[in-house]
Amino acid sequence: MIRFSQVAKGFGHTPLLEQVDLHVPKGARWGLIGPGASGKTVLLKLMCGLLRPDRGEITVAGVALSKQREDELMALRMRIGMLFQNYALFDFMTVGDNVAVPLVRRGGRPDAEIKDRVARRLRAVGLAGSEHKFPSELSGGMKKRVGIARASIAQPDIVIYDEPTAGLDPVTTSKIYDLLKAEQDETGCTVVAVSSDVDALRGYAGRLAMLYKGRLRYDGEAAEIALSNDPAVRQFITGASEGPL
Amino acid sequence: MIRRVGRASVNLSAAVGAGAIGVAREAGGITLVLLRVLRALLPPRFDARELLRNLYKMGVESVPIVVLTAFFTGGIMVIQAGIFVERFNARGIIGWAAGYATLREVAPLLIGLMFNGRVGANNTAELGTMVVTEQLDALRALAIDPVRYLVVPRVVAMVISIVCLVIMGDLVALLGAGLFSHLLLDVEYATVFYGMKDQLHLEDFTHGLIKAVVFGLAIALTSCHFGTSVKGGAIGVGRAVNNAVVAAAISIMLLNFFMTYLMR
Repeated sequence: MIRFSQVAKGFGHTPLLEQVDLHVPKGARWGLIGPGASGKTVLLKLMCGLLRPDRGEITVAGVALSKQREDELMALRMRIGMLFQNYALFDFMTVGDNVAVPLVRRGGRPDAEIKDRVARRLRAVGLAGSEHKFPSELSGGMKKRVGIARASIAQPDIVIYDEPTAGLDPVTTSKIYDLLKAEQDETGCTVVAVSSDVDALRGYAGRLAMLYKGRLRYDGEAAEIALSNDPAVRQFITGASEGPL
Repeated sequence: MIRRVGRASVNLSAAVGAGAIGVAREAGGITLVLLRVLRALLPPRFDARELLRNLYKMGVESVPIVVLTAFFTGGIMVIQAGIFVERFNARGIIGWAAGYATLREVAPLLIGLMFNGRVGANNTAELGTMVVTEQLDALRALAIDPVRYLVVPRVVAMVISIVCLVIMGDLVALLGAGLFSHLLLDVEYATVFYGMKDQLHLEDFTHGLIKAVVFGLAIALTSCHFGTSVKGGAIGVGRAVNNAVVAAAISIMLLNFFMTYLMR
């Protein structure tokens, strides 16, 4: 579904990603971990064409992104839902309108149906009755949940979550991952999730990758990551203060 | 000594060169925004709800300040013209003198500068904040073209708003001129009115409206360009607002000079 071949990306004279190869199969739950500023968010933005690689090729759902113009990428983005690390909710819209955007954008649905789906989606993320509030009236955790609702409401083929549970308490984190799992089981979509909460992500994702110093240091079964021979991976998983990180 | 002078002239040339490149970069960016807006307008495909929202915010909410400014602008025109009117006892031309300057020059220029400070600055800050909070990226991720959805409605709304505000400002300024002529110079209302009616021409009015359209476009393109190219968080937003207001004010002055020269 998603394939990176020798992808490199940098900003100015600072290289961030170097020769990244990865493959996310269709219907997979693929998690990405790594220390701060290792390029995880950049990698996610490359996946939906918000950034262009300096070198290498990215193919998403059979579409080679580097050959697409911005307006051609729009068709592909209709098949992707994305949660941003800092929510990126439209602050001039109500919560209900924010969540409804993907459905309105796709068109062909009566207002009543959109309203009903938005209400159900907000109820699922624990924000029933928040349709008329503005993002400025919400806490960080609530904004995150609105972002999750917006990313997944149109049941896209690929859903990208950048830190879906950052700032949430452990109970809400478990509920959110249960929700994401149930949804993925129902729709069969491909999920890419980035999180600093390694344990929660290990419980959710079937496959896990770790990004460090511009390269994927691990890409394999989530259950086996602790057995990795790479000291950087082991240190990140155990959280030890001594080590290469 | 020669070496020091040589070094200073190299530094000066480098500074001038860097400044020229900076101006060319911003001018290029503004031209790109114009081309993207034109592409989206042919045929017109933009969000009507966004247009209405911006018309209200940019146009309707600017009415009180425009009315206040225009009213006293009419008065100022009368005070300035009054010196000559009293010296030459030419009361019959007070309506024309105040009206001519107001319609052709003062109303579009003052309202343009005020619109730049109020609406242009706000627009740059709003778009800049949307950039740094990734809202523009979110639009793109949702397959929504930010130019069509955000920029085009704002450009159209600013041009329509400033034209309407200048028309309203013209009327209020002329009323102000009539009132202050009577209060300060003891000129009859009818004298002022017939002076305007007989000696002002339609082109005096349209001259000002053409300027309003051009100023509105300059403010809109400049504020959208600086807003959408913000870099560096909150500090970047502040810098962009400052640059946008200064660039638009300079553009207004330069465009006003050339238009006044060409339409004289």
